[in-house]
Amino acid sequence: MRLAPHWRVRAQRLQLRGEVCQCCGERLFPPRDVCPACHQPADKPFAFCGEGTVYSFSTVYEAPKGYERFGPYTIALVRLKEGPLVTAQLTDIDPADVRIGLPVEMVTRVLREEGEDGMVIYGYKFRPVLEREAAREEARA
Amino acid sequence: MIMRPSREVGIVGYGAYVPRYRLPAEEVGRIWGGGQAGYPVREKSVPGLDEDTTTMAIEAARNALRRAGIAADELRAVWVGTESKTYAVKPTGTIVAEALGATPHTQAADWEFACKAGTEALQAAIGLVGSEMVRYALIAGVDAAQGRPGDALEFTAGAGGAAYILGPREESLAYCEGSLSYVTDTPDFFRRAHERYPSHGGRFTGEPAYFRHIERAATQLMQELGRKPADYATCVLHQPNSKFPARAGKALGFTAEQLAAGMLVSDIGNCYAGSSLIGLSAALDRARPGDRILLVSFGSGAGSDAFSFVVTEAIEERRNRAPLTWDYVRRRHPIDYGTYVRYRQKLRMH
Ligand SMILES: [Zn+2]
Repeated sequence: MRLAPHWRVRAQRLQLRGEVCQCCGERLFPPRDVCPACHQPADKPFAFCGEGTVYSFSTVYEAPKGYERFGPYTIALVRLKEGPLVTAQLTDIDPADVRIGLPVEMVTRVLREEGEDGMVIYGYKFRPVLEREAAREEARA
Repeated sequence: MIMRPSREVGIVGYGAYVPRYRLPAEEVGRIWGGGQAGYPVREKSVPGLDEDTTTMAIEAARNALRRAGIAADELRAVWVGTESKTYAVKPTGTIVAEALGATPHTQAADWEFACKAGTEALQAAIGLVGSEMVRYALIAGVDAAQGRPGDALEFTAGAGGAAYILGPREESLAYCEGSLSYVTDTPDFFRRAHERYPSHGGRFTGEPAYFRHIERAATQLMQELGRKPADYATCVLHQPNSKFPARAGKALGFTAEQLAAGMLVSDIGNCYAGSSLIGLSAALDRARPGDRILLVSFGSGAGSDAFSFVVTEAIEERRNRAPLTWDYVRRRHPIDYGTYVRYRQKLRMH
């Protein structure tokens, strides 16, 4: 049973927490402590808002070990509002309805289970932005 | 019998969650028969393959935080009431607290009392805030209920719930005037350890269990507060099917209109520990300042918790900070019985 690797990344997986560069303001996800833009140290935690759009995607029919029960599912590159591209599974959507540019929002879901007696691993996925009555009313007003 | 903390307490934020999938009762009837005398609900909500009590509690709690407008690390308790825990041993509350960003200086625990686990936590949180031990505490009532295939419960066993952040009355969108519990040892419904599905007492679940506890708790609370049904804009009761709360509400003296705003069972099924609490979130979505709301839960075993809330001006501004309950109810994707069997992992492959 591998526990430590999951435990170490819990903040990034559960809160979509990355980092921000204090030199140039670049937002980093996943956190990697060095800014890819200006190469200065960047280790200040930054919580992403969870909004983004689908940049590209692919539907997986032959799922790798541990993910079989979710197939078929769609993996996407999501462009976060704050800048970075994140690879994540899409959820609450039929693969046929996915398109480039689709607005999505982060939700926390089961990524996989390590067998019936093992750990349940939770993390971020993205779903189409929930349709809201309040937003429709604002649009009408 | 009424319980009131020394400092007045109210709801400063609330949030709901219902999964996307729906299993129409007709679809269960197609496989197992029944329905000659009508179905107990129109359809029920079904969690997706990657959803469970933990993920549903996280989304409801995030919505509650948005409405409260406080930082997650101001929460000193994250309590989850459920009868469908992800782990038998390991608190759901720790995962929810971590996902919110409320760790490490918070209490985190799971509460248990069948379908009133959530309101049990609500009462305790009112005490915690009311004693001034903490400023804010979050509770959730969430379930992903399982019915034995072919059992009457399979028509209704749904999924979803709601979360509430309790805080001082001055900051609240609805404050609590008082609460009260009515509990007896009644074996109407139970599940032994290591059993997958619960056992229920058939007709025994009605009169001596649901109706007796709900009606006694509600009557006693209104009596001690000096209130009558006409004082309430909305009455929200635990909803195991559409008939029980309609009958209990009528017996208590409430009209169909007073029950309507909090009644979701025909559209999403019975959310167990989430049932009365998501009814309350739907009622708050439509409430006006000054409205009184009566909330009465029921948990098998058995007991009821009754609460009287008064809605404040703050509701108007906070309501639209997060999705409304009906935004989730309307997000509806019907599935057939085969898909349901797959999603709920009812086929054991080993
Ligand atoms: Zn930089």
